Amino acid sequence: MIRIEKLGNTWGDTFSLKDISLDVEEGEYFVILGPTGAGKTLLLELIAGIYYPERGHIMIDGEDKTSRPPERRNIGFMYQDYSLFPHMDAKGNIEYGMRVRGIDPEERGRRLEELVGLLDISSLLHRDVTTLSGGEQQKVAMARALACYPKVLLLDEPFSALDERTKSRLIHEMKALHHHERLTVVHVTHSQEEALQLADRIAIMMDGRIVQVGTPSEIFSRPSSMDIADFVKVENIWKARVNECTHDTLTLDLYGYEVRMARPEQFDCTEREVRLLIRPEDIVVGSGARTSARNRFHGVITAVEQRGFYHVVRIDCGFPVVTVVTKNSVEELRLEVGASVDIFFKTTALHVVSV
Amino acid sequence: MGTTTFFDKVRQQPLMALFFFIGLTIVIFVIATLFNLLYQQLVLNPDNFLAVSRDSAVLRSIWLTLYTSFIATLFALLAGIPLAYVLARKEFFGKQIIEAFIDIPVIIPHTVAGIALFSLLMKKGTVGSVFASLGIVFQDSMWGIVAAMFFVSYPFFVNSAKDGFLSVSPNLEHVSRTLGASQWRTFFSISLPLSIRHIASGAIMAWARGVSEFGAVVVLAYYPMIASTLILYKFNTGGLQESQPIAVLLILICFVTFICLRLLSNTRRR
Repeated sequence: MIRIEKLGNTWGDTFSLKDISLDVEEGEYFVILGPTGAGKTLLLELIAGIYYPERGHIMIDGEDKTSRPPERRNIGFMYQDYSLFPHMDAKGNIEYGMRVRGIDPEERGRRLEELVGLLDISSLLHRDVTTLSGGEQQKVAMARALACYPKVLLLDEPFSALDERTKSRLIHEMKALHHHERLTVVHVTHSQEEALQLADRIAIMMDGRIVQVGTPSEIFSRPSSMDIADFVKVENIWKARVNECTHDTLTLDLYGYEVRMARPEQFDCTEREVRLLIRPEDIVVGSGARTSARNRFHGVITAVEQRGFYHVVRIDCGFPVVTVVTKNSVEELRLEVGASVDIFFKTTALHVVSV
Repeated sequence: MGTTTFFDKVRQQPLMALFFFIGLTIVIFVIATLFNLLYQQLVLNPDNFLAVSRDSAVLRSIWLTLYTSFIATLFALLAGIPLAYVLARKEFFGKQIIEAFIDIPVIIPHTVAGIALFSLLMKKGTVGSVFASLGIVFQDSMWGIVAAMFFVSYPFFVNSAKDGFLSVSPNLEHVSRTLGASQWRTFFSISLPLSIRHIASGAIMAWARGVSEFGAVVVLAYYPMIASTLILYKFNTGGLQESQPIAVLLILICFVTFICLRLLSNTRRR
């Protein structure tokens, strides 16, 4: 649906987007995830046509739209602050696009009714938009963006201005809406939570570049660089040495322990020093050999921290290990500082990154 | 939970209280000046005032002042809105220089402005001769008055309109474009309506500035006499006795018009 080829642009001498290529499938929920200042909004604005790129191409639905003005791209755009027109009521905002396009009043009324039903906003229609709550504003902005059946919906941090409760409710509704309307969505955010809950695929953007594209599990468990690993909070990053590298297996030395795992496809056997990555939730804490995991380490608990509905347990196994466990496990296994425990993980959960 | 008295407030905020009383002297100065004038005419000498108010020459000159300033304001609107919009939205080389030039009429003495305008627009002037061949004369004509008023008043309009456009988030315009509106449509449906209060108050300021102009006008067009010129003329020939009633009449008319325009532009506030 959207194909971006080698897109590049420079804003003054302060910021540039470099060599961006992306493919978004029809009906896909595509999330661009990255830290603040990565250039995510600018990329979205380039797709919308608010700026024209110096290099590269933007194709939407098979047509090259690189030099088309925004009004001729048929896209829906929603800013972080929702940008409702303050001199119109909610109805005026929603109907704006249809009026501009000269859609007759009968058809306009029909579509308005449809959107009102879809987003459950009948009570808001005649409200002054400056008096709406954040969640209400988002819904009106959404209805406005969808009114003219855009080919693509571009969302710039759509949930970041909302409180936690409204946010989780609206994320849920967004998911249903995406499914129901078969929308193609490009959603820009710095929140991993949003990305995990909504994305079919994620692109990681850092410093004006797309650095990795993949499914949520690929991104979060198999980050392609240390920077990405850091950003997606893979908390266990261990130094390891390559002892043996064969056609299909890799034997590593992890602080004196031997770890044997399947050799990743692109792994270069000349590498000596690597980093082993594993997500905290892939590590099991126990006291007996009751799992099929081959890798078993012994250690002492150094800290137990409560984080929302689960606990983070830090263990010293000769190298620092971070795991997450439920409250039940903490009580059952008597996980407290100073207790000695065993940890296990599957080698398939391990991910090797070159330094 | 006793009620706070005035003296409690003064004790809690001594700086505010002191500043308030110091600031009050300015207000008193303005009020004293104007009310002294009104008092002397309307209360002590109403017959003289009424006689002058019926003098058709006086009324004509006041009317001339009001509508030449109105025309000058129209020109400021027509040329100033596009200029203000460009300045609010675009960064370009030399923008700061242009902005500095826009403010020049505010800082130079107005007789100097008059001399500069006269040199340019007199019948033998570089631009004046071109206009003269088209039948438009600035020297001692209504168009001269308009030109002088325009020159000294447009900065007030342009700066206010620019502030107005700056107060409209560019994101609103971007969204309008993505919804299918062209640049033109977006300007007239979003940018302009949202800055209308700044534009209206800028226009009122420009109009008031034009009405109060004397220096630039008198150099370029002594005749036909606008109110300020007439007042000075009467002061020089007949003293306070003849000039004061015209001054009072002008104050009253300007005051009433100004208040009406302000009220009108404030009702547009949402």
